[in-house]
Amino acid sequence: MKVLAIVLNTFKEAVRDKILYAILIFALFLIGGSVVLAALSIGQEAKIIQDLGLSCISLFGTLIAIFLGIGLVYKEIEKRTLYILISKPIYRGQFILGKYFGLSLVLLINLAVMGTGLFLLSRVYLGKWPWLQILALAFIYLELLVITGIAILFSSFTTPTLSAIFTLSIFFIGHLSPDLKLFAARFGRPSSRFFIDFLYYLLPNFRHFHWESSIVHGRPLDHAILIQSASYGLLYGASLLLSAILIFARRDLK
Amino acid sequence: MDSQAISTKDLCKDFRVGFAMRKVRVLHGLNLEVQRGEIFGYLGPNGAGKTTTIKLLMGLIFPSSGQISLLGEEIDKPPVRSRIGFLPENPYFYDHLTGWELMDYCGRLLGMEKAPRAARITELLERVGLREAAHTPLRKYSKGMVQRIGLAQALIGHPELVILDEPMSGLDPIGRKEVRDLILSLKEEGKTIFFSSHILPDVEMICDRVGILIDGRLKEAGVLEELLETRVESIEITVREANLGVLSRLQLPLSAQPLQRGGKILLSVPHEQALQDALSRLMREGVRIVSIVPQKETLEEYFLKEVQLSPRPSGEGK
Repeated sequence: MKVLAIVLNTFKEAVRDKILYAILIFALFLIGGSVVLAALSIGQEAKIIQDLGLSCISLFGTLIAIFLGIGLVYKEIEKRTLYILISKPIYRGQFILGKYFGLSLVLLINLAVMGTGLFLLSRVYLGKWPWLQILALAFIYLELLVITGIAILFSSFTTPTLSAIFTLSIFFIGHLSPDLKLFAARFGRPSSRFFIDFLYYLLPNFRHFHWESSIVHGRPLDHAILIQSASYGLLYGASLLLSAILIFARRDLK
Repeated sequence: MDSQAISTKDLCKDFRVGFAMRKVRVLHGLNLEVQRGEIFGYLGPNGAGKTTTIKLLMGLIFPSSGQISLLGEEIDKPPVRSRIGFLPENPYFYDHLTGWELMDYCGRLLGMEKAPRAARITELLERVGLREAAHTPLRKYSKGMVQRIGLAQALIGHPELVILDEPMSGLDPIGRKEVRDLILSLKEEGKTIFFSSHILPDVEMICDRVGILIDGRLKEAGVLEELLETRVESIEITVREANLGVLSRLQLPLSAQPLQRGGKILLSVPHEQALQDALSRLMREGVRIVSIVPQKETLEEYFLKEVQLSPRPSGEGK
């Protein structure tokens, strides 16, 4: 119940922030705008709409996850609202969990709104219900959960500016790390190969969460790999959350 | 241990400062004991370590060494905090919530059920005079209103111990009186109140005991009257039916020049022995004595003297 109270307060804070609506409206506008681009293609309208729509959802979801996530803990310390919370009979871990799941709920609702828009639009152009799109959206959500975990981890011990820099860096490296690994394996020296391998295994590999292309182009999906990717995302997110809890548990709230 | 609401033993706190992470000790072996049911005023100049102590008590920061026990329990167990109410210094609350929502949130964090929570919120908002503003967003509250909602949230869980960090800071005289009255009413309910303040007349009016912290060290702690009683600055004797010429002939052991006010003359002697000497001379002369009043130090004078007697902080860490 205590974690739920923090979840609901975090959710309430986000939904009463007008910026969130601005982002959401802009994203819906862009998803709708994909119709214009689709009209330029011949016979590929549905694919273009789905491709652009899913990319849009992923991009705006990431923006919300990072820019709300980086201030999630820090803002409460900076404004000293945390003093009231920590003085109540709650564990610090409960606070981190409440903040994390509060933002996760905000992201889920955003994703549901954007996803519903795209789902209906795709139905019009495809002539059938694009059920597999839900799978793509689920993996995008999983990616957002990992990004939120990274943001909250940094937010638990550093400023929003540094958190934003670190989270964005990890986001980009996490998208490029499979290519870097391949590049280092082919051309790198042993020392650089070791370094790239280290980064590859340490940082999240966001490729696990992007099945949009396969789904949109109707390529077959390997269930075992999907399950493996989902497990990877959940475990990675959980370990980020655990790290944030451990760091925050011993932090002086000056 | 159980009879004590707050007990600290050799409590120390170091902070790391600057690029070189130099260790600076801000609290030096604090041994503090606050009895249940009393109002304890925690005094000290800015930077003495009052807020650091309170943050340690509330588990917001961790001790470098030493022990803290609240209501007979170790503070690293969060359940003990359900018996404690806390108001931080210059509190700030969520802009997006109304007064009622903030109280509801705090009640939920204490694990209170819906019906008793709502009843308690109504009662407390009434008590702090915020019933009308219950559904106004907190961003529209004045400083005094924020302080009052802060006090209300501190009391929501029927705490046995209430810790208030500068509760009168920034309030106008009416607001300060309201807070004083509230603190006194909490004492009547059997609660223990520990509060820091630098508004000494307020402390003097309501505290049973005070502790004076200077440069992170507890200089003195005790019952206010006893602390000030031992510090009789002078004794004033008011006499009448005498003139200054006669009095000067008596060679009284005065600590200041006699003052004539209407038909009375005010004489000031430095201590009790001088008083005995002066009284016997005055009575021998047949001077009529109207009153004898020991002039005690006020808390403010005492506090200022203690601060001045302390060596200035060198700025060096441990």
